[in-house]
This record gives sequence, C-alpha cells and structure tokens, in this order.
Amino acid sequence: MSALIVEVVYRGIFQKNLAARICRGIVLSARRSGRWGIAFGRYGDSPQRNGIPAKDFAIVADSVEELEQNMARYEPKHTDITVVLDDTLSKGVESWAWYGLQPINKLTVPNGTVLMTSLQTFDSLLKDIHKKDAPYKLAVIRAKASFSGLWVHKEDHTEVRVLGALAKIAPHFLSLEGVAQAIPEMEWGSDLKVTSARKAHDRLETREVKMTEGNPEVPYAFEMPKWWEMREGVSIPAIPIGKPKEGGQGYVPERNPYFKKYTTRTMRPVIDFDTCVKCNLCWISCPDSVFDVMPDGTFDAAMEACCGCGVCEAVCPVENCITMVNEAVFEDNASQWEMWRRDKAAYKTWLGAKIGDKQATVRSHGFRFRGQYDEELKRDLDAGGTEITAGIPGENAAHKTV
Amino acid sequence: MATVTTKAAPAVGDDKELLISGSEAVAEALALADLDVVTAYPIRPYDTVMQAIAKKIANGQLVAEYIVAEGEHSQFEIVKHASTVGARVFCGSSGVGWMYAMECLVVTPPLRVPMVALVGNRALDDPGAFGVEHNDALVVRDLGWMLCWIDTSQEALDTTLIAYRVAEDRRVFLPLAISADGAFLTHSQALTLVPPKEKVDRFLPRYDRGDLLLHPDNPITVAPQANEDWVIEIRRQNDEAMKRATTVIEEAYADFRRVFGRGPENPWFEEYMLDDAEIVLVGMGTISLPMKVAIREMRSQGQKVGLLRLRWFRPFPTEKLVAAVSKAQAIGVVDRDYSFGSPFNSGVVANEIRAALYNADRRPPLLSFICGLGGREVTLEDVKKATDMCYAAAKAGKAEARTHWLGVRE
Repeated sequence: MSALIVEVVYRGIFQKNLAARICRGIVLSARRSGRWGIAFGRYGDSPQRNGIPAKDFAIVADSVEELEQNMARYEPKHTDITVVLDDTLSKGVESWAWYGLQPINKLTVPNGTVLMTSLQTFDSLLKDIHKKDAPYKLAVIRAKASFSGLWVHKEDHTEVRVLGALAKIAPHFLSLEGVAQAIPEMEWGSDLKVTSARKAHDRLETREVKMTEGNPEVPYAFEMPKWWEMREGVSIPAIPIGKPKEGGQGYVPERNPYFKKYTTRTMRPVIDFDTCVKCNLCWISCPDSVFDVMPDGTFDAAMEACCGCGVCEAVCPVENCITMVNEAVFEDNASQWEMWRRDKAAYKTWLGAKIGDKQATVRSHGFRFRGQYDEELKRDLDAGGTEITAGIPGENAAHKTV
Repeated sequence: MATVTTKAAPAVGDDKELLISGSEAVAEALALADLDVVTAYPIRPYDTVMQAIAKKIANGQLVAEYIVAEGEHSQFEIVKHASTVGARVFCGSSGVGWMYAMECLVVTPPLRVPMVALVGNRALDDPGAFGVEHNDALVVRDLGWMLCWIDTSQEALDTTLIAYRVAEDRRVFLPLAISADGAFLTHSQALTLVPPKEKVDRFLPRYDRGDLLLHPDNPITVAPQANEDWVIEIRRQNDEAMKRATTVIEEAYADFRRVFGRGPENPWFEEYMLDDAEIVLVGMGTISLPMKVAIREMRSQGQKVGLLRLRWFRPFPTEKLVAAVSKAQAIGVVDRDYSFGSPFNSGVVANEIRAALYNADRRPPLLSFICGLGGREVTLEDVKKATDMCYAAAKAGKAEARTHWLGVRE
C-alpha cells in the first residue's frame, strides 16, 4: 500500500475546526517526506447542525497518480485509520444526509485502526462499537471530547495529540519528526504543542479487537427509491398521524422511518416517572416530538428520535424529574417507561445510579457555567491525565498563510 | 501498512507551496492581482471564496473595498459600477444566487465591463441541494460572458490571474466567469504553488479603462435608452469582442507560460492520452479526475481511450476541438448538466460539440452522457460503462441511443 487514507469523525460545528486542523496536519506532516496529499470535508455534512456526526478526510500518497487513484471518489470507501473525536460516536453515525446508521468502524480496513479520544475503558467502548467482520485495532488517547479549535474556547492540544498518535500508528507515512517539523509552521502551532504530540505518541494505548468482539446490533438501514418510484414535484408524504397506546389511552406519534437522529446525541434525558406531575411541558417543548404520552399520563422519551438537546430538562418544573446523562453510560435505546412499568423498585435503583453519577451528568457539549471547560481540563490533569496546556489562540500568528 | 520509499519533493523556486482549497487559491490570486473592490453575499459553495478574501483583508494581506450586499442582484450591480470607474473587481455566486443576479449578469457584457466572477457550481433549486451541476453558469452562455471551467486549486489560482489579463484587455472588455465545481474544488485542499507578486506584476498590467472610464475628466453617459435603430449594432460589437477574445486568450496563456514557467500550451482544453485514442471522452471540471483514473485502468487493459477536458466554453474553441475529436472512432460527452427537450435530449456540451462537428469532414458517432448531477459521484464504473457504449457505437458506425443517464437509481 502506498497511500494512507484517514477519516476524522467529529461532532458537527463544535469540532469542525479541530477536524480540519488534524487533516491539514496529516497532509503537511506527510509533505515533509515528499508525499502528496489532499484534505477535504464531506460536503454532504454541510451546513453542519449542532452535534450531527460529520467527517473530514486526509489522503496522502507517494505520487500524484496514486493520490488521484484514491481521490477519484466522492469520499473514501475504505480508511486505514478512523479518528473519532468524541467517544459517544462509538454507537455509530447517521449523517443528516439520510443514509441510515453507519458503524463507526465501517470504513476501517481489516487490521486498520480506530483512534479515539476517550476516558472510557476499552471494554466499555466495545459495548457500543459494532462488531466488524475483520479484526482491527482500537487506540485511545486519554482525553474527553475536545472543543479545541472552536473559536470561543481555549486550545487543549487535541489536534497535535492526534497527530502524535498517528505517527505511532502509521510511521511510514507520518514520521514523528515530520509531525514535529510541521506543527510549528501551522498558524495554530507552537513548540509546546510539539511536546504534546511527542507525549501522545509515547502514551498511546492500543488493543487488538477480534471479530467476535463488539456490539451485535444490526445497524439500521433503508433502501433508497428508484427515480420512477419517487413522488414527482419534489414532494414527500407527511408522517402519518399517530396512535393511542393500549386501551385507547395515551398517544404515540408516527416518526420518520428514514432519519432517526439519535447519533447526534451526547446526552440523553433520564425520567423519574414517579415524580412527574404530567404538566406537558416536555411534550410541548421538545423540538423533535420525542415524547410519547403514556396511558398513565406520564411522558416517555423515544430514544431513536431524541438528539439530546436538553430542552426537556430545562423546562421540567420538578427537580431531578428529567436529568440529562452522558450517552456513554447507556447501551441501548430501550423505553424507560417500560422498564419502570416492569419493576418500579429496580427502575428507581437504575435511575438513582444514572443521575447520581456526577461525571455523567456534567454537560459534555455546552456548558452550565462560564469557565466550566477550564475547570474540567484542570480536573483531568489533577486526576493523572495527560498534561494539557492551554495555548493562546492566535499564537504563532506570524505563520498565518491563508 | 507496508513500507514505502520516499521521493523528494520538486523544487518550487521562488513560489511558495500552500495547502489550500480552490476557493482559497482564487483568493490568493486576487491578493496577487491587487483587487480593488469585491462584493459578497453568501451562498454555498461560493461563500468559501468570500470568506477567504475577508480573511486576507483582515490579515492585512490585501487592501480592498469589501462590500457586503443585501442580495446577489446588488452584489453584481455594485461591482459593475465600480468597474466602470476603473476598479479591478471580483464577484461571485452559486446556483440560484447567480440566477437572482440575472438582470445584472445580462447588462454587464453590453456595457463592456471586465468583471471576473467565480461561480461555485451548484445544482439549481429545487430541491435545495448543494452539490455540483453546471446549469447555473451555463445559463449565461449566450449573453457575452466568457466561461471557463477549472479542475484543480492550481488551475484556480492560475486561471484567476489569466482571467483579469483577458477580460481587462481593451480588445475584449467582457465579463468572465470561472466555474469551480462545488465541493470537489471549492472545499478540497490541495498543494498549490503561489507565485511571488513580482512575477504577477510582470504578467498582469493595471486595469486601464481608457475612453470608457466613467470620470469627471472624461464625461460620458453609460447605458442610455436605445431602440431598434441601435441595438443590433451593439450586439455586433459584443460579437466582435468575443471573437477577439480567442486571440487574447492564446496570447495570455503564452505569456503566462513565459513568466511563470508552467501552464498549458493549449489553453482551450486539456488533452489527456488523446494522441492515439480510439474513443475520446469529453468533460468539464473535476469530472476529469475519475475519468483520468478510469482511462489509466482501461489503457492498462489495451483500450485506447483519451480525455478531452474542456476548459473554455465561451469562446468555444470550435476548430481546435473538431480537429482533436473528429479523428476518433466515437466520442462520448459526459455532461454534468441537463437541457430538457433539447435535440436528442442531450447535455449542453454534447449538443455544442455536435453543432461544431456539423461541417467537419469526418463525424464520428457522438454519445451524450448525463452524469454526476447534484454532486452525485461519477464512478470509475460509470466512465467504463460510457466507454463500452462508445465502442459499441464505433463498431456499428452509429449510436443507437444518443443520450444515456448514468448513475441514476433505476
């Protein structure tokens, strides 16, 4: 193989600049050894919606012809390395361009690498990552989902840590020295960031994943219609009206069978049905009509439709009745109401564990108070994490070229 | 991943090498051309160039008036007026934004305004899709706009410099639209050589509007009302300017090669493995990439296929193109556009080439392929399928069906 194809999967808009930096860094690092390259975003992801999974790509090759061979596609069909910038993307990605659910490792070639920033254990991640019909490697940089590069937040060196890790995974294309030479030339580069890249290179954790390992769920898919099957006049049928629940009580709306939206979610609402006052506010406020009316008048959140915006938590008048909890601590989209109906005591225990875990209820995307991100970065460091040094946006501005 | 050998990078001389998109490459060229006035109104994918120019101005790399208009109609009106008072201007749009500017696009050629515009090619609404189709730029094909298509960031930079040289030549003074395929060119970053300003100054003279300058020292009226006693003569002037553009374009490319040491010898179209080609495929823009890769694969299996990538659509290089394609056994024109109800329901480029071939001594079978609409991927398989149909037509001596849609779900 004489080309390296990397995809960077990220959360739309929040991590857009971060992903672009990584892909530019890959090409410019490989250029250090005379290779050719191209960096591009998946156009179908644009304009980016908050949190929607999106992709950038970098391709480097020994010659222009080999580069063209691999570029001659709308987007790569196979990637040597899949970089994942938020571990909640382990559950798969559904683009807003409507094409079903794609496992996070779908494009990764056999024996390729999925490289992720995460604080979870390998085993915990593999509960979410779908099974693959070939072995591959899972590599982890110990970090939470980064906002590095988003214009209003501080630098946390994630882009260079990823580049350092890539130099460990694909040293023939990206030598550590190439990375170390390329970083200071970026408009966001610095010598300090070179140190971070070297540390990430040395500290990368990697584990082989067997074909038998992973989430056995069959990813949701649908067949796109032929031109003569589609309605004329650029029209689509309305979603049908819904139905009551059992006994004619309650109400469950029909939902779009082609676009489910839940891979946008980084947190999900957890509901205490015992304290619900049936005020309707969550039901009326939800921008995605996620709430189903149950026969007893409480509201269950349909997890396949929820994108995790948190409006329900914000409008709920009862303390701890709706609590947003990090998506990583859940393994399926099962109904909370059904779980509660089956065994109320067991549900109470489950609920208490979920909303009692302060690590999981701290907002992962968006902030509850000013300075929260800085506090979290410091806490990560105090907890023994890799050193993260906040840079000054615009440092190295002398190298601005575009 | 296997070990690979390292090849040294080529020397870049006094050029610097940047990793930039097609849109950013246009912005680099605008800074080098010392642009005076630019107007902006956002629409994807053109907006990437607008952002890149704004960044250049903010970084102090370009001093220019940057006017945010309230819509495309005003956007194109403002630069039209700025150009008449002697400013080097730039503008651009995409898809239906370009359509909204239509009244201004129509009046620009008769007023002999050398506006340079970037059309980030985008499908026309509806549906509101962002992907590439060429119908937006092609709408002005009969109006006196010069039209060209580019396929790399490097060509984006080079062609922008050439565009000012051609449009602002007193023999021409016509607007020029550079078309860049949305996504594939506007949003992909590739290694691009950026020349130093001194070289550009040797290539591109300052814009001199001469006797057409709207200025108190040169009192003239531009665009007075006129009727049937005057109109056809004005059209004939435009016709002559467009014809003269052919010479000016050839001069500009020759001079570009002399100053920059690169650039094509044939300005009009890229000839890729055409010399001995039995089947000639024709396309415009970034479609060249899958076509070239497919051609290399087909060549390795003994099929003699070549690509003619058309750069200039207006003025249309009739004689040169006829000479290049008429010796083939069959021609396959891949259009990233449509022309509903046109002769044989073919694509726009296909019908232009058919018309160009009418007086040729040899007229090989010509097949029209509609492909890649709305940014749909043009696959290697699509190109090979088109080639197979061309071979079948060559064998039969005629094309059974003249237009084929490729890559549509059916």
